[in-house]
Amino acid sequence: MTESWWWVFLVIAVAGWLATDIWRWLGVIVGNRLDEDSEGLQWVRAVATALVMAVTAKLVVFPTGTIADAPLWLRAGAVGIGFVAFLIAGQRVIVCVVVSLVCLVSGLLIV
Amino acid sequence: MQASPTEYRSNTAWFVTGMRGIISIPAIILMTSFVGFSAFALESGITRAEAVFMTLSVWALPAKMILIGTMASGAPVAASFLAVTLSSIRMMPMVASIMPEMRNERSPTWLLLFLSHFVAITSWVFAMQHMQAVPRDRRLAYFGGFAITLTLLNGVIVGVCYGIVAQFPPIVAGALFMLTPIYFFASIWASARHSVVKLAFIVGVIGGPLMATIEPRFDILYVGIGGGTAAYLIDRYLIRNRTSKSPRAEPREELP
Repeated sequence: MTESWWWVFLVIAVAGWLATDIWRWLGVIVGNRLDEDSEGLQWVRAVATALVMAVTAKLVVFPTGTIADAPLWLRAGAVGIGFVAFLIAGQRVIVCVVVSLVCLVSGLLIV
Repeated sequence: MQASPTEYRSNTAWFVTGMRGIISIPAIILMTSFVGFSAFALESGITRAEAVFMTLSVWALPAKMILIGTMASGAPVAASFLAVTLSSIRMMPMVASIMPEMRNERSPTWLLLFLSHFVAITSWVFAMQHMQAVPRDRRLAYFGGFAITLTLLNGVIVGVCYGIVAQFPPIVAGALFMLTPIYFFASIWASARHSVVKLAFIVGVIGGPLMATIEPRFDILYVGIGGGTAAYLIDRYLIRNRTSKSPRAEPREELP
Protein backbone atom coordinates (compact mmCIF):
# COMPACT_ATOMS: atom_id res chain seq x y z
CA MET A 1 0.00 0.00 0.00
CA THR A 2 2.80 2.39 0.83
CA GLU A 3 5.17 0.89 -1.76
CA SER A 4 5.19 3.79 -4.22
CA TRP A 5 8.57 4.40 -5.88
CA TRP A 6 9.11 7.60 -3.91
CA TRP A 7 8.35 5.99 -0.56
CA VAL A 8 11.82 4.44 -0.18
CA PHE A 9 13.41 7.77 -1.11
CA LEU A 10 11.35 9.49 1.57
CA VAL A 11 12.45 6.88 4.11
CA ILE A 12 16.11 7.42 3.11
CA ALA A 13 15.68 11.21 3.28
CA VAL A 14 14.10 11.15 6.74
CA ALA A 15 15.69 8.12 8.43
CA GLY A 16 19.05 8.56 6.67
CA TRP A 17 19.75 12.07 5.50
CA LEU A 18 17.99 14.02 8.24
CA ALA A 19 19.06 11.55 10.94
CA THR A 20 22.75 12.06 10.12
CA ASP A 21 22.83 15.74 9.14
CA ILE A 22 21.10 16.78 12.37
CA TRP A 23 24.31 15.84 14.19
CA ARG A 24 26.57 17.47 11.63
CA TRP A 25 24.61 20.73 11.90
CA LEU A 26 24.63 20.48 15.68
CA GLY A 27 28.38 19.94 15.45
CA VAL A 28 28.75 23.21 13.52
CA ILE A 29 26.61 25.11 16.02
CA VAL A 30 28.32 23.66 19.08
CA GLY A 31 31.61 24.23 17.24
CA ASN A 32 33.87 26.57 19.10
CA ARG A 33 32.03 26.32 22.39
CA LEU A 34 32.57 22.59 22.77
CA ASP A 35 35.33 21.66 25.15
CA GLU A 36 37.38 18.89 23.59
CA ASP A 37 38.18 17.50 27.06
CA SER A 38 34.70 17.59 28.59
CA GLU A 39 33.27 14.45 30.19
CA GLY A 40 30.08 14.69 28.13
CA LEU A 41 32.07 14.48 24.92
CA GLN A 42 34.07 11.53 26.25
CA TRP A 43 30.82 9.66 26.91
CA VAL A 44 29.43 10.53 23.48
CA ARG A 45 32.64 9.27 21.90
CA ALA A 46 32.38 6.00 23.83
CA VAL A 47 28.75 5.40 22.86
CA ALA A 48 29.36 6.28 19.22
CA THR A 49 32.43 4.08 18.90
CA ALA A 50 30.80 1.08 20.62
CA LEU A 51 27.79 1.47 18.33
CA VAL A 52 29.79 1.65 15.10
CA MET A 53 32.06 -1.21 16.08
CA ALA A 54 29.08 -3.37 17.06
CA VAL A 55 27.72 -2.86 13.54
CA THR A 56 31.13 -3.53 12.00
CA ALA A 57 31.74 -6.72 14.00
CA LYS A 58 28.26 -7.95 13.09
CA LEU A 59 29.12 -7.53 9.40
CA VAL A 60 32.01 -9.94 9.92
CA VAL A 61 30.15 -12.46 12.11
CA PHE A 62 26.72 -12.31 10.41
CA PRO A 63 27.35 -11.10 6.85
CA THR A 64 24.81 -11.10 4.04
CA GLY A 65 25.31 -12.38 0.51
CA THR A 66 27.81 -14.89 -0.82
CA ILE A 67 30.43 -14.38 1.91
CA ALA A 68 27.94 -15.81 4.44
CA ASP A 69 28.75 -19.27 3.03
CA ALA A 70 32.39 -18.96 4.16
CA PRO A 71 33.08 -20.36 7.64
CA LEU A 72 33.11 -17.92 10.56
CA TRP A 73 36.64 -18.86 11.60
CA LEU A 74 37.91 -17.80 8.17
CA ARG A 75 36.13 -14.42 8.19
CA ALA A 76 37.05 -13.61 11.80
CA GLY A 77 40.54 -15.09 11.41
CA ALA A 78 41.32 -13.01 8.31
CA VAL A 79 40.24 -9.78 10.02
CA GLY A 80 42.05 -10.78 13.24
CA ILE A 81 45.35 -11.54 11.50
CA GLY A 82 45.06 -8.35 9.43
CA PHE A 83 44.42 -6.29 12.55
CA VAL A 84 47.40 -7.77 14.40
CA ALA A 85 49.59 -7.07 11.35
CA PHE A 86 48.20 -3.50 11.34
CA LEU A 87 49.15 -3.02 15.00
CA ILE A 88 52.66 -4.43 14.41
CA ALA A 89 53.15 -2.24 11.30
CA GLY A 90 52.61 1.00 13.24
CA GLN A 91 48.86 1.24 12.64
CA ARG A 92 48.93 1.63 8.88
CA VAL A 93 45.43 1.11 7.52
CA ILE A 94 46.67 -0.29 4.21
CA VAL A 95 48.48 -3.14 6.02
CA CYS A 96 45.24 -4.27 7.69
CA VAL A 97 43.36 -4.15 4.39
CA VAL A 98 45.96 -6.02 2.34
CA VAL A 99 46.77 -8.72 4.94
CA SER A 100 43.09 -9.36 5.75
CA LEU A 101 42.11 -9.65 2.11
CA VAL A 102 45.05 -11.93 1.25
CA CYS A 103 44.12 -14.24 4.16
CA LEU A 104 40.43 -14.16 3.24
CA VAL A 105 40.87 -14.80 -0.48
CA SER A 106 43.49 -17.54 -0.05
CA GLY A 107 41.22 -19.13 2.57
CA LEU A 108 38.24 -19.00 0.21
CA LEU A 109 40.30 -20.65 -2.53
CA ILE A 110 41.46 -23.47 -0.23
CA VAL A 111 38.28 -24.18 1.77
CA MET B 1 57.70 23.60 -4.98
CA GLN B 2 56.54 26.12 -2.36
CA ALA B 3 58.15 29.07 -4.23
CA SER B 4 54.90 31.00 -4.76
CA PRO B 5 53.67 32.56 -1.48
CA THR B 6 50.74 30.44 -0.35
CA GLU B 7 48.68 33.41 0.83
CA TYR B 8 48.35 34.74 -2.72
CA ARG B 9 46.71 31.58 -4.03
CA SER B 10 43.00 31.94 -4.70
CA ASN B 11 40.15 29.91 -3.21
CA THR B 12 39.83 28.11 -6.54
CA ALA B 13 43.49 27.10 -6.44
CA TRP B 14 43.07 25.72 -2.91
CA PHE B 15 39.87 23.95 -3.93
CA VAL B 16 41.82 22.19 -6.68
CA THR B 17 44.62 21.34 -4.24
CA GLY B 18 41.98 19.75 -1.99
CA MET B 19 40.60 17.81 -4.95
CA ARG B 20 44.03 16.32 -5.52
CA GLY B 21 43.76 14.70 -2.09
CA ILE B 22 41.52 12.15 -3.79
CA ILE B 23 44.71 10.44 -4.91
CA SER B 24 45.69 9.23 -1.45
CA ILE B 25 45.58 5.83 0.21
CA PRO B 26 42.65 6.57 2.60
CA ALA B 27 40.56 8.02 -0.26
CA ILE B 28 41.30 5.06 -2.53
CA ILE B 29 40.44 2.55 0.21
CA LEU B 30 37.19 4.42 0.81
CA MET B 31 36.34 4.31 -2.89
CA THR B 32 36.98 0.56 -2.92
CA SER B 33 34.77 0.29 0.17
CA PHE B 34 32.02 1.98 -1.83
CA VAL B 35 32.42 -0.63 -4.55
CA GLY B 36 31.81 -3.08 -1.71
CA PHE B 37 28.88 -1.00 -0.52
CA SER B 38 27.27 -1.16 -3.97
CA ALA B 39 27.49 -4.96 -3.72
CA PHE B 40 26.00 -4.84 -0.22
CA ALA B 41 23.15 -2.60 -1.42
CA LEU B 42 22.43 -4.90 -4.36
CA GLU B 43 22.36 -7.99 -2.16
CA SER B 44 20.12 -6.23 0.38
CA GLY B 45 17.51 -5.42 -2.26
CA ILE B 46 18.28 -1.69 -2.59
CA THR B 47 17.96 -0.33 -6.14
CA ARG B 48 20.72 1.51 -7.99
CA ALA B 49 18.98 4.90 -7.74
CA GLU B 50 18.32 4.40 -4.03
CA ALA B 51 21.94 3.39 -3.41
CA VAL B 52 23.24 6.52 -5.20
CA PHE B 53 20.74 8.77 -3.42
CA MET B 54 21.79 7.23 -0.11
CA THR B 55 25.47 7.79 -0.88
CA LEU B 56 24.98 11.48 -1.67
CA SER B 57 22.45 12.23 1.09
CA VAL B 58 23.63 10.15 4.04
CA TRP B 59 27.28 9.82 3.04
CA ALA B 60 28.59 8.17 6.24
CA LEU B 61 29.10 4.46 5.55
CA PRO B 62 28.14 3.08 9.01
CA ALA B 63 24.89 5.08 8.98
CA LYS B 64 24.04 3.67 5.55
CA MET B 65 24.78 0.12 6.72
CA ILE B 66 22.40 0.58 9.66
CA LEU B 67 19.78 2.24 7.47
CA ILE B 68 19.82 -0.64 4.99
CA GLY B 69 19.88 -3.17 7.82
CA THR B 70 16.78 -1.73 9.52
CA MET B 71 15.01 -1.15 6.20
CA ALA B 72 15.70 -4.73 5.10
CA SER B 73 14.33 -6.12 8.36
CA GLY B 74 11.07 -4.23 7.72
CA ALA B 75 11.39 -1.99 10.77
CA PRO B 76 9.14 1.12 10.92
CA VAL B 77 10.61 4.43 9.74
CA ALA B 78 10.80 5.68 13.33
CA ALA B 79 12.96 2.70 14.32
CA SER B 80 15.29 3.28 11.33
CA PHE B 81 15.49 6.95 12.23
CA LEU B 82 16.34 6.17 15.86
CA ALA B 83 19.02 3.62 14.96
CA VAL B 84 20.64 5.89 12.34
CA THR B 85 20.44 8.93 14.62
CA LEU B 86 22.13 7.09 17.46
CA SER B 87 24.85 5.81 15.15
CA SER B 88 25.47 9.32 13.84
CA ILE B 89 25.92 11.04 17.20
CA ARG B 90 29.63 10.65 16.56
CA MET B 91 29.25 13.16 13.70
CA MET B 92 28.68 15.93 16.22
CA PRO B 93 32.03 15.75 18.01
CA MET B 94 33.75 15.04 14.68
CA VAL B 95 32.33 18.16 13.05
CA ALA B 96 32.66 20.25 16.22
CA SER B 97 36.32 19.32 16.61
CA ILE B 98 37.36 20.44 13.12
CA MET B 99 35.18 23.58 13.00
CA PRO B 100 37.44 25.74 15.21
CA GLU B 101 40.34 24.96 12.87
CA MET B 102 38.38 25.29 9.66
CA ARG B 103 36.45 28.52 10.11
CA ASN B 104 37.56 32.11 10.37
CA GLU B 105 35.62 35.09 11.72
CA ARG B 106 34.15 35.86 8.28
CA SER B 107 32.96 32.31 7.44
CA PRO B 108 29.19 32.40 6.82
CA THR B 109 27.25 29.87 8.92
CA TRP B 110 25.31 28.53 5.91
CA LEU B 111 28.58 27.56 4.25
CA LEU B 112 29.76 25.73 7.37
CA LEU B 113 26.41 23.92 7.61
CA PHE B 114 26.67 22.97 3.94
CA LEU B 115 30.26 21.74 4.19
CA SER B 116 29.49 19.77 7.37
CA HIS B 117 27.40 17.41 5.25
CA PHE B 118 30.59 16.09 3.65
CA VAL B 119 32.22 15.19 6.97
CA ALA B 120 32.68 11.45 7.50
CA ILE B 121 35.56 9.38 8.85
CA THR B 122 37.86 9.76 5.83
CA SER B 123 37.36 13.50 5.27
CA TRP B 124 37.64 14.12 9.00
CA VAL B 125 40.99 12.32 9.20
CA PHE B 126 42.10 14.21 6.07
CA ALA B 127 41.15 17.56 7.64
CA MET B 128 42.95 16.75 10.88
CA GLN B 129 46.10 15.79 9.00
CA HIS B 130 46.38 18.54 6.38
CA MET B 131 44.45 21.59 7.61
CA GLN B 132 47.36 23.12 9.52
CA ALA B 133 49.41 23.57 6.34
CA VAL B 134 46.69 25.69 4.67
CA PRO B 135 46.22 29.45 5.30
CA ARG B 136 43.22 29.93 7.61
CA ASP B 137 41.05 31.86 5.15
CA ARG B 138 41.57 29.18 2.48
CA ARG B 139 40.77 26.15 4.64
CA LEU B 140 37.07 25.99 3.76
CA ALA B 141 37.93 25.93 0.04
CA TYR B 142 40.60 23.30 0.61
CA PHE B 143 38.33 21.04 2.67
CA GLY B 144 35.43 21.55 0.27
CA GLY B 145 37.63 20.60 -2.68
CA PHE B 146 38.53 17.31 -1.06
CA ALA B 147 35.30 16.35 0.70
CA ILE B 148 32.77 17.38 -1.98
CA THR B 149 34.80 15.65 -4.70
CA LEU B 150 35.09 12.51 -2.56
CA THR B 151 31.33 12.38 -1.99
CA LEU B 152 30.39 13.00 -5.64
CA LEU B 153 32.99 10.57 -6.94
CA ASN B 154 31.70 7.84 -4.64
CA GLY B 155 28.16 8.58 -5.81
CA VAL B 156 29.38 7.92 -9.35
CA ILE B 157 31.25 4.79 -8.22
CA VAL B 158 28.12 3.35 -6.58
CA GLY B 159 26.06 4.17 -9.68
CA VAL B 160 28.57 2.59 -12.06
CA CYS B 161 29.59 -0.43 -9.96
CA TYR B 162 26.08 -1.39 -8.84
CA GLY B 163 25.41 -3.57 -11.86
CA ILE B 164 28.99 -4.71 -12.39
CA VAL B 165 29.39 -6.17 -8.94
CA ALA B 166 26.48 -8.53 -9.60
CA GLN B 167 28.59 -10.21 -12.26
CA PHE B 168 31.67 -10.61 -10.08
CA PRO B 169 32.72 -14.12 -9.11
CA PRO B 170 31.68 -14.97 -5.51
CA ILE B 171 35.22 -14.66 -4.13
CA VAL B 172 35.61 -11.09 -5.44
CA ALA B 173 32.12 -10.08 -4.27
CA GLY B 174 32.86 -11.59 -0.85
CA ALA B 175 36.22 -9.83 -0.57
CA LEU B 176 34.63 -6.50 -1.53
CA PHE B 177 31.89 -6.98 1.06
CA MET B 178 34.50 -7.62 3.75
CA LEU B 179 36.57 -4.60 2.74
CA THR B 180 34.25 -2.16 4.49
CA PRO B 181 34.38 -3.76 7.96
CA ILE B 182 38.15 -4.30 7.55
CA TYR B 183 38.59 -0.63 6.65
CA PHE B 184 36.57 0.45 9.70
CA PHE B 185 38.52 -1.79 12.04
CA ALA B 186 41.79 -0.21 10.99
CA SER B 187 40.77 3.42 10.39
CA ILE B 188 38.72 3.86 13.58
CA TRP B 189 41.44 2.36 15.73
CA ALA B 190 44.13 4.41 13.96
CA SER B 191 42.24 7.69 14.38
CA ALA B 192 41.48 7.06 18.08
CA ARG B 193 43.27 9.66 20.14
CA HIS B 194 41.57 8.87 23.46
CA SER B 195 41.81 5.72 25.56
CA VAL B 196 38.01 5.68 25.88
CA VAL B 197 37.62 5.22 22.12
CA LYS B 198 39.88 2.16 22.08
CA LEU B 199 38.03 0.68 25.06
CA ALA B 200 34.64 1.32 23.42
CA PHE B 201 36.04 -0.16 20.20
CA ILE B 202 36.81 -3.45 22.01
CA VAL B 203 33.43 -3.43 23.82
CA GLY B 204 31.61 -2.92 20.50
CA VAL B 205 33.52 -5.64 18.67
CA ILE B 206 32.79 -8.23 21.40
CA GLY B 207 29.35 -6.94 22.38
CA GLY B 208 27.89 -6.54 18.88
CA PRO B 209 27.89 -10.18 17.77
CA LEU B 210 27.21 -11.35 21.36
CA MET B 211 24.08 -9.23 21.81
CA ALA B 212 22.94 -10.08 18.29
CA THR B 213 22.48 -13.68 19.43
CA ILE B 214 20.75 -12.66 22.68
CA GLU B 215 18.55 -9.71 21.62
CA PRO B 216 18.68 -9.28 17.83
CA ARG B 217 16.18 -6.42 17.59
CA PHE B 218 17.84 -3.88 19.85
CA ASP B 219 21.36 -5.33 20.01
CA ILE B 220 23.05 -2.27 18.47
CA LEU B 221 21.33 0.15 20.84
CA TYR B 222 22.17 -1.97 23.89
CA VAL B 223 25.82 -2.27 22.92
CA GLY B 224 26.04 1.41 21.98
CA ILE B 225 24.42 2.94 25.04
CA GLY B 226 25.09 0.19 27.61
CA GLY B 227 28.49 -0.91 26.38
CA GLY B 228 29.58 2.63 25.54
CA THR B 229 28.61 3.89 29.00
CA ALA B 230 30.45 0.96 30.62
CA ALA B 231 33.53 1.75 28.53
CA TYR B 232 33.31 5.40 29.55
CA LEU B 233 33.01 4.58 33.26
CA ILE B 234 35.87 2.06 33.15
CA ASP B 235 38.00 4.58 31.29
CA ARG B 236 37.20 7.43 33.65
CA TYR B 237 37.54 5.66 36.98
CA LEU B 238 40.11 2.95 36.24
CA ILE B 239 42.26 3.99 33.28
CA ARG B 240 42.40 7.77 33.35
CA ASN B 241 42.64 7.88 37.16
CA ARG B 242 45.96 6.16 36.84
CA THR B 243 47.32 8.01 33.82
CA SER B 244 46.25 11.43 35.10
CA LYS B 245 48.91 11.11 37.79
CA SER B 246 51.57 11.09 35.08
CA PRO B 247 53.27 14.47 34.55
CA ARG B 248 51.99 14.79 30.97
CA ALA B 249 48.44 15.48 32.07
CA GLU B 250 49.35 18.19 34.55
CA PRO B 251 50.00 21.23 32.33
CA ARG B 252 46.48 20.86 30.90
CA GLU B 253 44.94 21.42 34.28
CA GLU B 254 47.00 24.54 34.81
CA LEU B 255 45.33 26.24 31.86
CA PRO B 256 42.72 28.84 32.77
